[in-house]
Amino acid sequence: MTADLKSTTRAGDVTPSLRGAAPRPRPRRGRYGVHLFLSAVCLAFVAPLLLAVYASLRPYEETARDGYFSWPDKLSFAYYREAYTASGMGKYFTNTLIIAVPAVLVTLFLAAFVAFAVSRLNIRGGLALLMFFTAGNLLPPQVLVTPLYVLFLKVDLPWWMSDSMTLYDSYWAVILVNIGFQVGFCVFVLSQFMRTLPKEILEAAVVDGAGVWTQFWRITLPLCRPALAALATLEFTWIYNDFLWALIFISNPDKLPITSSLNNLRGQFFTDYNLLAAGSVLVALPTILVFLLLQRHFIAGLTLGSSKG
Amino acid sequence: MPQNTARRAGRRTTRRFTRRDIAVLGALLGLPVLLDVLIVWGPALASVGLSFTSWDGIGDIHWVGGDNYENLVQDYPAFWPAVRHNLLWIAFLGLVATPFGLLLAVLIDRGIRFSRFYQSVIYLPVVLSLAVVGFMAQLLLGTDQGVVNTVLGNEQDPVDWLGDSDINLWMMMLAASWRHTGYVMILYLAGLKSVDPELKEAAAIDGANERQTFFRVTFPTLRPVNVIVGVITVIEALRAFDIVYAVNKGRNGLELLSVLITDNIIGEASRIGFGSAIAVVLLGVSLGFIVTFLVQELRGAREK
Repeated sequence: MTADLKSTTRAGDVTPSLRGAAPRPRPRRGRYGVHLFLSAVCLAFVAPLLLAVYASLRPYEETARDGYFSWPDKLSFAYYREAYTASGMGKYFTNTLIIAVPAVLVTLFLAAFVAFAVSRLNIRGGLALLMFFTAGNLLPPQVLVTPLYVLFLKVDLPWWMSDSMTLYDSYWAVILVNIGFQVGFCVFVLSQFMRTLPKEILEAAVVDGAGVWTQFWRITLPLCRPALAALATLEFTWIYNDFLWALIFISNPDKLPITSSLNNLRGQFFTDYNLLAAGSVLVALPTILVFLLLQRHFIAGLTLGSSKG
Repeated sequence: MPQNTARRAGRRTTRRFTRRDIAVLGALLGLPVLLDVLIVWGPALASVGLSFTSWDGIGDIHWVGGDNYENLVQDYPAFWPAVRHNLLWIAFLGLVATPFGLLLAVLIDRGIRFSRFYQSVIYLPVVLSLAVVGFMAQLLLGTDQGVVNTVLGNEQDPVDWLGDSDINLWMMMLAASWRHTGYVMILYLAGLKSVDPELKEAAAIDGANERQTFFRVTFPTLRPVNVIVGVITVIEALRAFDIVYAVNKGRNGLELLSVLITDNIIGEASRIGFGSAIAVVLLGVSLGFIVTFLVQELRGAREK
């Protein structure tokens, strides 16, 4: 692909002169339409979330009387305080970090190396390896649940690793499952990405005597920053939001991650939708913040144009 | 051309890797492979094995051959509706949500003002947990004080958006699309950003209009993204589970294969063999799609 692009641009000798020329004026007519359309889409996309925030700021009696789509008499953050303290969210947030941070880092590291080996080193069986991982990630989780449950109950761990003395009911179980399951997706995406990197850089490094590790860690990985940032965002979100694995492999409620705490809240206060709304917004907040913070890095990396050597 | 000779030269060298290189390769390839075998492929194969047995999870395991599959196809009323719903889900995401995500990406990629803002807002639903999405579906579509019924002004005779088995699947597919569109858009945006702007300029000089430029020049270069988006679309559709489970435990119009598996395996009956048989059907369909995609990828890579 890169070869194609290059030959095209080389053939078109006109392009360098065009670069300096003033940008072609775009048709004015369509622009307002585009803004109108995109604004409407944005409004539709954000409306349910705004509604949840709105509901969480109003007393339940008020919405029960007038419906959720009504003018407010009183707005307050009382429900947020209640949701946070009543369900002990701080503890569950910590549990989520204990699971998600190592899971994301290890997943990206292992996946990046596999992708590097498959797409950059031309190792024998690389394609089979790629298929092995990619296909593995696409299996429905339900197919894996029962055998994993039986397996995890049988694996003993020393007390300092797990107070349950088994892999079952430990953070390790959830971390391992998340890594094992997500590596496949990251291998696929990263190998796609690495294939677009110019070969010449690696070839130059090999001539200079760089080993496999240096080629991977010092040369390939820095070029993958935009892809890694995007994947880190996605993976953190997925692992954060996942409640299937935690519910199946953790039995001690004190070890559950945050998403399951919302489940508790739903059970305790199922009639008070506004309290539930406050809890939902609190649960949603970290992933939204992470995305907004990483997005800058993500877009900055993309505009650097790492595919142009 | 020069690339080919370089590669051939690399192959001819007998000692490509030093001993240290091989150690690094062995460790860093071995570990993920081992993990994938233990966590993914081993259990998947074990499920295939279990699908030919009858087991309640505690007692003895009995070999029953293909009985589970026979029961599934002939005597299990929820099976065919679930298959139909899964196919409909694929069609909806593939024909509505994915093209919509591409359209949004193309519009935003044109370098208009506020594009960062639009992009962030449209991506927002993707980062929400399904617990939140399920809850918001109730706020919006509930029968008592739900916003949609309020806006429609039919409080006297509210539409049961989530309970009516003719409507609720469509509502769920819309909710799924709400998250899917943003995801697709972000992937396409990333792809569009890496398209060489000189290609578009060249097309413009040759007199191509915007539509022609997109379909003839831009879209073909997006092939790697298309493959990823295609895989994600199908797999998300096949895996759909949480939203319907949050709403009504996947019953009364929301039957999906993933729900049937869960019902049989962790439900009260605990029919692990039978549940595994459904899992194998889902596995077969998933693998069918993924093998098609990978073969296509392989062909694409060879052509290069």
